Amino acid sequence: MYKGLEVKIGKLRLLNPVMVASGTFGYAEEFSDFMDLKKLGAVVTKTITLKPRPGNKPPRTCETPSGMLNSIGLENPGLNRFVSEKLPYLKKIGVPIIVSIASEGDSREFVELAKCLDEIKEISAIELNISCPNIRGQKSEGRSQNVRLVSQDPKATYAVVRSVRKVTKKTLITKLSPNVTSIEDIALAAERAGTDALALINTLLGMSIDTQTLRPRIAAVTAGLSGPAIRPVAVRMTWEVYRKTKLPIIGMGGITDTKSALEFILAGATAVAVGTANFVKPSVTIEIIDGLKEYLNKNRIADIKSLIGALKL
Amino acid sequence: MSEIKIISNKNIKENYFKMVLDASGIARKALPGQFVNIRVSDGTQPLLRRPLGIHRVTGHQSLVTGIELLFEVVGDGTRLLSQKKAGEYLDVIGPLGNGFSVLGSRFSVLVAGGMGVVPLLFLAERIIQGTEKRNKVNPVVLIGSKTKNGILCAKEFKALGCDVKVATEDGSQGLKGYVTGLLEDVLRHYPLPGTRYPIYACGPTPMLKEISRLSQEYKIPAQISLEAHMACGIGACLGCVVNTKEGFKRVCKEGPVFYAKEILWS
Repeated sequence: MYKGLEVKIGKLRLLNPVMVASGTFGYAEEFSDFMDLKKLGAVVTKTITLKPRPGNKPPRTCETPSGMLNSIGLENPGLNRFVSEKLPYLKKIGVPIIVSIASEGDSREFVELAKCLDEIKEISAIELNISCPNIRGQKSEGRSQNVRLVSQDPKATYAVVRSVRKVTKKTLITKLSPNVTSIEDIALAAERAGTDALALINTLLGMSIDTQTLRPRIAAVTAGLSGPAIRPVAVRMTWEVYRKTKLPIIGMGGITDTKSALEFILAGATAVAVGTANFVKPSVTIEIIDGLKEYLNKNRIADIKSLIGALKL
Repeated sequence: MSEIKIISNKNIKENYFKMVLDASGIARKALPGQFVNIRVSDGTQPLLRRPLGIHRVTGHQSLVTGIELLFEVVGDGTRLLSQKKAGEYLDVIGPLGNGFSVLGSRFSVLVAGGMGVVPLLFLAERIIQGTEKRNKVNPVVLIGSKTKNGILCAKEFKALGCDVKVATEDGSQGLKGYVTGLLEDVLRHYPLPGTRYPIYACGPTPMLKEISRLSQEYKIPAQISLEAHMACGIGACLGCVVNTKEGFKRVCKEGPVFYAKEILWS
C-alpha cells in the first residue's frame, strides 16, 4: 500500500485525499461502469433529507463559460429508502462512506438524520449540507431574519453544528457556502460548535438568461455555479479559512486535474473533492490520484501532508 | 469511455454533418434510440459533453464496425465537432440510455421532426430486419421540417423500403403544415381503421406533445424520444429530468425514449 497519500479528516483515515463532491456522484453505483470505485479516498453521497424530495422543476442545469449552473433542489429518496436502496451498494465498495444530509426545516431534522446515521457502523462520517443554494429558506433557532442559508449566518451555523455534534461521535464535516462576506466567520462558528472538518466551497449563486425566449435558463431562476470557472474563488476561500482555523479542510470548486487538486492542498486543504469534472470525465478522480502519486515521486516528497498549506508567500 | 477514431466527417448539406466512428464495441451493444456522449474539447470550453443520438450502425449485421452520427451545427459544441477530421480521436461514452422497444408488429409508423430522423433511421433498419417477410407491411415514415432544406434522410428511408411522406411548414415540399397532420391522416386510414400498431417518434417538444394527444385519441401507443440538456448523461446529476406520472425521471437513464402516456406535459 502506498503510504505517501494517506491523510486524516477527524477520526477518519483516508488512503488518499481524493473524494467526490456531494451531488456530483449520485450514490456511486452510477459510476461503476467507468472506474474502479475502490480506489477513491472516500465517497460522498448525494445529499439526503428525512423525507423524500422530488426536487425542482426542469430545466435544472445549463452550461456557462467553463462551468455550469444547477438547481436540482436536493431530489433524493429520503432517509429510509437511502438506507434500504442505496446504502447496500455503498457498503460493498469498501471505501469510507460520507453521507451528506440537509434539512428543509429546522435543525431538528439534522439531528434526527444524524441520530439514525450514527447507528450505522459502515457510515464513516456525516457532512452537514447547510449551504445548498437551491432550496427555499431553512429555519433555525438563533438565526437572524432575511438570511437564506444556515451557512450564511454564524449563529445559525453554530446552532445546527452544535445540536448535531451532541448526537453523533462520527466525524462531522460542515460544508460552507461561498455566498457570504466573510467565510472565516462561518468557519470559526462551526469550529466552536465542534465540527471535525470543513468542506468548501458549495456552489456560487448565479443566473443565466436565454436572450431568445427572455426566460431564465433554469426554471428556479437562480442556481448554483460550479466548474473550473469558480476555482480561483474556491482556492482563495480555502486559503482564508486555513489561516483562521485548525480544522482539516476538504477543498473543492472546479478541480479538473492533478494541478488544480494540488492548488487546494497548497492553499491549506487536507483533502480535495472533485465535483463537476465527474460529469465531464467519469474517471477523472483516478487520474488525479495517480497524478498526485507521480507528483510526490517526481519531487521526492515522502508525504503529501507536507504540502498542506505549503504555499510560499 | 474510450478514445475512438473518426473514420469520416462530412458536411452533407448546409449545417448538417455525418460522422462515422470506428466504434465496434459501441455498435455491438447499440439499440435504436440510444445515444453517445462526446467530449468535443480537451479544455474547459465548452465544458460538458454533447449527447448525440446513434444514427446508424455501420458494417453488416454479423460484423458491425462502427456507428454513424448525424448532427446539425447549432452552437459551439457542434461547431467544434464539425471541425474534427478523419483520423482524429474522440472521447466517447456509450451507448447510453434506454432506446425504443422494437415491437414485433406487422406495421408501424415513424414520425420525425427535423433532426428527429437521427434515431429513426436506425430504428427503421431494425424493424425491417426483424419483420417476417410474408407478413410484412413496410413502415410508414413521416418527416416534417420548416422548409425542404431541413428534410433529411428521405432517400435512406425509401431505400429501406419505407413508405415516406413529407410535410413542410412553408409548403416547399410535401404537405404544407405540420408532420402531425400527416400522422392524423395515417391514424384515420392506414392500413385498416381500428388496427393497433406502434408509433415511434422523435422531434421537437410541441410535436411530441401533439403526438401524445393523438396517440391517446386513437388509442395507439406511442414511444417518443425526448431531448434535454444533460450535464452527466449517466444518471448521476439528476439534471435532465422530465415530469411523468410516476414523478421526475431522468431523460439520460430511464429515457430518452418514454411511452407518451407516461409524460406530464407542462
